Amino acid sequence: MKKENLIQYIYGIADNALILGQRLSELCGHGPSLETDIACTNMALDLLGQTRSYYQYAAQLTGENITEDDIAFLRTERQYKNVLLVEQPNNHFGYVITRQFFYDVFHLLLLQELQNSKDITLSAIAKKAIKEVSYHQRFSSDWIKRLGGGTEVSRQKVQEAVNDLWKFTDELFQLTEEDKSIIESGAGADVSLLKEKYYQIVIEVLEEATLIVPELKWFRKGGKEGVHSEHMGYLLSDLQYMQRTYPNMKW
Amino acid sequence: MTIEIEQHIDPKLVSILEKVSDPEIPVLSIMDMGVVRSAQMVNDIVKITITPTYSGCPAMDVIGDDIVNAFKQENINAKVFLVLAPAWTTDWITPRGRKALEEYGIAAPLEEDADKEALLGNKKIVKCPQCGSTNTKMISQFGSTACKALFQCDDCLEPFDYFKCLK
Repeated sequence: MKKENLIQYIYGIADNALILGQRLSELCGHGPSLETDIACTNMALDLLGQTRSYYQYAAQLTGENITEDDIAFLRTERQYKNVLLVEQPNNHFGYVITRQFFYDVFHLLLLQELQNSKDITLSAIAKKAIKEVSYHQRFSSDWIKRLGGGTEVSRQKVQEAVNDLWKFTDELFQLTEEDKSIIESGAGADVSLLKEKYYQIVIEVLEEATLIVPELKWFRKGGKEGVHSEHMGYLLSDLQYMQRTYPNMKW
Repeated sequence: MTIEIEQHIDPKLVSILEKVSDPEIPVLSIMDMGVVRSAQMVNDIVKITITPTYSGCPAMDVIGDDIVNAFKQENINAKVFLVLAPAWTTDWITPRGRKALEEYGIAAPLEEDADKEALLGNKKIVKCPQCGSTNTKMISQFGSTACKALFQCDDCLEPFDYFKCLK
């Protein structure tokens, strides 16, 4: 197993957590209600905590003098391996919840596999994160149902988000060349096998929320290869601002 | 940072560790919280491993510094390491810790099944730490920190934090 492949594999998982965490933290002080504001920032905190564990491990693997902060703040857009779904903008609360729900279902399935990794560090991070992510999934599933079964406006807004974000779900199950080599070594989780289970869970919740399951068969991809949507550049300029403006600054 | 270890604490070091508290819940020592996994004196340096309650718990850095300072006051050098496995669970909060939580106004975690029933709103079983009534309801799945949910008592009307069960 090549070390560089493992590092890229870790980025693939950790960048999802970082970027989704960044999107959620944009809601700090801007949530639609106090409770949802606190919930989104709490979930952001969990995700950033997980990100730190992954990045610390990746930094250690490089054997060079780099830190978790270098990985988070000093890479260029093409070097981020997150899926397109997590970088999509907040737009309105329907989007925030749908993006969260689409990712949470995948995230939990991924971690359930990753806890069996032969790599003890990845396994430990996954076992810790499972507890947090199951709570996220409960929160986002509940809200999908509340919005879907709520008022005419809430239903229309969440349906709009479901229709719009559906095209980003298939990318979750794609494998990069690095993924394949890590799966072969026993350290990685084969996400391509999670697809059926994923849509089963997602569709069940959408139906309970009386929402229409999109029939779209055309999906977008690219994030895992570092080819992102236009939103990513704006997100990164926000995320990286302090380190770019004041290099090496510390808290 | 993530090597699996069993809890192993030198009894001579316990009294110093008990002086360090969780900065978010000052009444709770880190020993009662169950976050200290090992503490051993090796060649005049105390090596301590702690584990976070939640991955993103911002208190961990402060706890690490506080431990080093607590030992410094006894003229002992201490080094703190972080481990992730085995993952922390609310079962590791000691009975004394649970009592301290209640007295501080935070409802202590229920068992796993009961916790789920309470958080899903199926059963009214979380006891209000102010008046003792179980006529309470959840008002927010997330509270002031990642480890808590926000509840309200329908009898005395006080809102309070409930420490969620984590297994």
